[in-house]
Amino acid sequence: MRITQGCFSFLPDLTDQQISKQVQYCLDYGWAVSFEYTDDPHPRNTYWEMWGHPMFDIKDAVAIMGELRECRLMHGECYIRLCAFDSTHTWESLRMSFIVQRPSHEPGFMLTRHETEGRNIRYETRAYVAEKPQGTRY
Amino acid sequence: MPDVSQPDALIDLRAEFAGAGLESYLAGLEQELVGLKPVKARLREIASLLLIERVRQRLGYTTEAPTLHMSFTGNPGTGKTTVALRMAGILKALGFVRQGQLISVTRDDLVGQYIGHTAPKTKEILKKAMGGVLFIDEAYYLYRPDNERDYGQEAIEILLQVMENQREDLVVILAGYADRMENFYTLNPGFRSRIAHHIDFPDYDDAELLHISETMLARQNYRLSPAAHQAMQDYIVLRRQKPYFSNARSIRNALDRARLRQAARLMALDTPVRPEALMLIEPADILASRVFTQVPIADG
Repeated sequence: MRITQGCFSFLPDLTDQQISKQVQYCLDYGWAVSFEYTDDPHPRNTYWEMWGHPMFDIKDAVAIMGELRECRLMHGECYIRLCAFDSTHTWESLRMSFIVQRPSHEPGFMLTRHETEGRNIRYETRAYVAEKPQGTRY
Repeated sequence: MPDVSQPDALIDLRAEFAGAGLESYLAGLEQELVGLKPVKARLREIASLLLIERVRQRLGYTTEAPTLHMSFTGNPGTGKTTVALRMAGILKALGFVRQGQLISVTRDDLVGQYIGHTAPKTKEILKKAMGGVLFIDEAYYLYRPDNERDYGQEAIEILLQVMENQREDLVVILAGYADRMENFYTLNPGFRSRIAHHIDFPDYDDAELLHISETMLARQNYRLSPAAHQAMQDYIVLRRQKPYFSNARSIRNALDRARLRQAARLMALDTPVRPEALMLIEPADILASRVFTQVPIADG
């Protein structure tokens, strides 16, 4: 099941050229671009691992794309997302975030039902890959 | 814009030149930089070359990105950094760099202090300079032949690799004293072969330095009184003979001190002063310099 989160997630995956253009857009606004990766696809997994620091003071997308290339080399079968942080006073948060790499195979989620007091049901989503230990999931 | 689809369509290079906004950069160079005739001539040549190169690229005569790395040699204070800044503007106007920022670094910014520190540091700087110009001042300090375990070598290797492989992303300008740069290139032949343009910055003569001091003051809304003008002339002649003379930079420092003395002199007055007095540098402000007191009097 294809994970959708962040911008453009209902579009086909962006090509590197398209990513590069988005990055340049972020940089032109002075946002600090950073990369984060994870192999836990659960939608509530908010805090991914940081790939280096957010890159402040960068002017050109080439530098960011180089960093993305290295991140992909190290984490070939992981989700990688790009975050653009706006440090402007009163904003001080992400302005844009989208997935720039996903594993070749995304097995999806299992829905389990827990019957609790009365006839209530609690639902739980579990990623199939979460059965395996971290680092060996994809 | 000439129609390039027709092979015999004429190309109006003047219009190309004007279209790139180059004239404003070069005119600014002529106006704001005093002296430096050979440098300006070389810059014009390079600008023309790049303009032709751009037209050739458009016509499909050439596809390779030209090598634009440069070497600026000259004594301190001869305007290397200032010209590098202009160069970034010219390259941006012609589209040979995309962003046109100038990142000015020295050895400290590139070379780390322990094993494994250098590569990330150098790469960090290179990332900042991508799409612009990387200006390495006193580049010869990168290489220390006396210490074979010096980390400078690592920075040099990364630089050389990027200079070769990412020519379209980054222009590197190396700067420093002429003789030491020459030595540096002899020891690192990789740099020499990757640098297309060598520009030598001559020292300023006394009249040029006087002109520079006037423009520096004018920019800060100061001016020299006629007597101070003469004092400044004498100052420049004497200062040149002193050690650590660094052309325009020495003049700037001297003027900063003159302003300091002017402020002290005005504060010491008991009477109110006219507004013009705040703009005027008097001979006393310049003649109080150590340069005058330490020189033995010629006839005595």
